[in-house]
Amino acid sequence: MSEPLLEVRGLVKHFEAPAESFLGPKRRVFAVDGVSLSVYKGDTFGLIGESGCGKTTLGRTILKLEPATAGKVFFEGRDVFALKPAALRQLRRDIQVVFQDPFSSLDPRMTVSDILEEPFAIHGMLPSGTERRRRVAELMDVVGLPKTALERYPHMFSGGQRQRIGIARALALNPKLVVLDEPVSALDVSIQAQVLNLLQDLQKEFSLTYFFIAHDFSVVRHLCNRTAVMYLGRIVESAPTEELFADPQHPYTEALLSAVPAPDPGLEKRRKRILLAGDVPSPLDPPSGCRFHPRCRYALPACRVSDPALAEARPGHSAACPPAPFRSKPSAAALVES
Amino acid sequence: MTEPILSVRGLKTEFVTPDYRVVAVDGLSYDLHAGRTLAVVGESGSGKSVHALSILRLLPVPPARITAGEVLYRGRDLLKLPEAELRRLRGDRLAMIFQEPMTSLNPVMRVGEQIAESVALHKGASDAAAAARAVELLGKVGIPAPEKRARDYPHQFSGGMRQRAMIAMALACDPDILIADEPTTALDVTIQAQILELMKALQREFKMAMVLITHNIGVVAEMADDVVVMYAGRAVEKASVHEVFKTPAHPYTRALLGSVPSIYTRKERLAAIAGQPPDLAAPRAGCPFAPRCAEALERCAAEDPPPFPLPGGRMSNCWLVEGKTPAAAP
Repeated sequence: MSEPLLEVRGLVKHFEAPAESFLGPKRRVFAVDGVSLSVYKGDTFGLIGESGCGKTTLGRTILKLEPATAGKVFFEGRDVFALKPAALRQLRRDIQVVFQDPFSSLDPRMTVSDILEEPFAIHGMLPSGTERRRRVAELMDVVGLPKTALERYPHMFSGGQRQRIGIARALALNPKLVVLDEPVSALDVSIQAQVLNLLQDLQKEFSLTYFFIAHDFSVVRHLCNRTAVMYLGRIVESAPTEELFADPQHPYTEALLSAVPAPDPGLEKRRKRILLAGDVPSPLDPPSGCRFHPRCRYALPACRVSDPALAEARPGHSAACPPAPFRSKPSAAALVES
Repeated sequence: MTEPILSVRGLKTEFVTPDYRVVAVDGLSYDLHAGRTLAVVGESGSGKSVHALSILRLLPVPPARITAGEVLYRGRDLLKLPEAELRRLRGDRLAMIFQEPMTSLNPVMRVGEQIAESVALHKGASDAAAAARAVELLGKVGIPAPEKRARDYPHQFSGGMRQRAMIAMALACDPDILIADEPTTALDVTIQAQILELMKALQREFKMAMVLITHNIGVVAEMADDVVVMYAGRAVEKASVHEVFKTPAHPYTRALLGSVPSIYTRKERLAAIAGQPPDLAAPRAGCPFAPRCAEALERCAAEDPPPFPLPGGRMSNCWLVEGKTPAAAP
C-alpha cells in the first residue's frame, strides 16, 4: 500500500486535573493514551466512541489545537509537531475542520461572505477582490446555498444551512484532509441526510480524504470505509467498516453494535442485545489491565492485570483483545441479556 | 377496543406575542390505550414536545395559549380542570420525564428527598415511609447501593443515573400514564439501551400507558405499539408500528424512513428530504409538506388535505390516499 496521508504514532494527551484536596497529588485525565492509526488518501476514516472516550481530543491533538503529551503525527510523511512556522501554515491549509455545533463555530458578527473570504485573507490568497468573490460564489454553489445568502448573518440560517456554511469554509483552500467532528449529530434526520449526501458528493468531486469523528454507528457505516472504535483513550478495534459491522472482534464493539436500535420493528424483536452494566469508568482513574474488563462479558482474571495491545486478528483488522478462543465463555455477571 | 385512557382531540396550541403568532400544535388528535406505548415522532419544531406540555398544561401562559381541543383523561377534560385538581393528578396519575435530567432535577436537593417529596405530597406518606419508598424506587431503577445514593446530590450522578432517578421519581406514585419526552436523546448508545430496557420492564410491571416523544426512528421501532408522525404541528400519519414501517401511508413518513441510515443495511445514498421545515409563523395554504414532497400533486399547494381514515384504524393526512378511504360507517 502507498504511504498514508495521515499517520498517528503512539499519540498521548494527558490533561492535569485539579487535586482533590489542597495538598493532594495532582491528578491526570488520560484523554488519549497511546493511539496509532493511518489514514490513506481517499479514505473516509471513521473514529467512533461514546462521550468522554477521547475522540474529540484525539482530533484536536492531531490538528495541533492541543499540544500532545507524547507521540508523533505525520502528514504526507512530515512530522507535524516539528514543522517550522511556514510549513505549519501550509499544513493549516491542507487540513481543515468542520465542527459539530454550527451555532458556535461561526462568528455571529460576520456575514457569510466575510466568513468565506476570511481563509483567503489569512493565507494571503486571491488578493484581487473580484477573484475572491468569484471563488466564494463558487463555494456557495458547491454546498448548495443561494448566493443571496452571502450578505446574511449566521443566525438567519437553520442548523443544516449553517453546517453547509461551515463545510464551504473548510473547502475554501482546497484541503487534502478534512476532519469532521460530529458534523451531523446536531441536525434532524432529514437534514442530516442532506448533509451526508453533500459530504459524499464533495468527496468524489474534490477527491477529499475525511477523518470522521462520530458516536452514531449508522452514520459511520453509511459514510466510512474504515472504522476505529475508541474506549477510554485507546483504540480497541480498527477494521474495514463492512468487516467491523459483520464480525466485530472486540467485546466492546460487539456490545456497542448490539445497543443500537434497528429502524425496523420486525428486526428489532429478533435482535439479540448485549446490555453493558454500569457507566464508562472515569478517565481520571482508568481500570487496571484491560480498560474494558469491568464491563466485559468475556473477562478472565488475567484481563485485570494484562493490558492487551492492538494486534492484527486478520489482515487489516486489529483488536485489542485476544482472539475468541482465548476468552472465557460469556458470563452473565457483567451484563443483562435480553 | 376498550375506552382509551387518554384521548387528545383537536388540540391546538399557539404562541402569541405582539410580533408573531405561531401555531405550534395544529389540531392534533390521538387515542392512547392502557398498557400501550404510543410514539410521537417528528423533527425539531414539529410540535411534539409542545403537545406534551400542553396536555399537562405546563406551558407558560402567555405567550402560549391552548386555543382549541380537549384532552380527555378517564373522561375528564384536563384542559378545563381547575388548577388545584390538575396539580393533584400531575406527578401522581400523570407523570412526565424530560430529555435533560440535569435541568429537571433540583441541584440543591438530595436525590432521595426529591423522590420522597412526591410520595409524601400525593400519597400522604410519613417522612420515614416516603424516604424508604425513595430508596426502594432507586433500587428498582437499577441504582447500585440505593440507600447510599439516595443521599447524593444530582451532580454526583452520571447522565444515565440521573435519567434513572428521573424515572424513579416519575414512577413514585404508580402513574397511569407516563409521558417521556426524548428520554434517551442526551445519552450514549449503551446507556440508552439500558434505559430503554428499564422503561420496558417497568411498563410491564406498573402496567402504565406511555407517550414516547422521540425523533429517533430506531427507538420508535424498539419501543412503540402505535405511532403518530407529526409534521408542522399536526399528525400526518397514525398507524401501528409494524404498519408504519412496512407500508408508510404518508409521503413524509416514507421520506423520513428513507433518510435514516441503518447499521444493518448499507444504502448507497440516503433519500434526503429537500428544503427546510416550514416557518410556522408564516400563513400557509395547502399541505404544509407540499413544498418538500416528492409525490406532491397539483392540488397539494392550494388545498389542505383533511385526515383520511384508512383500513385498520389508520390515518393519513394526504390527498394521495383519498379514495382508498373506507366507506363511512353506517
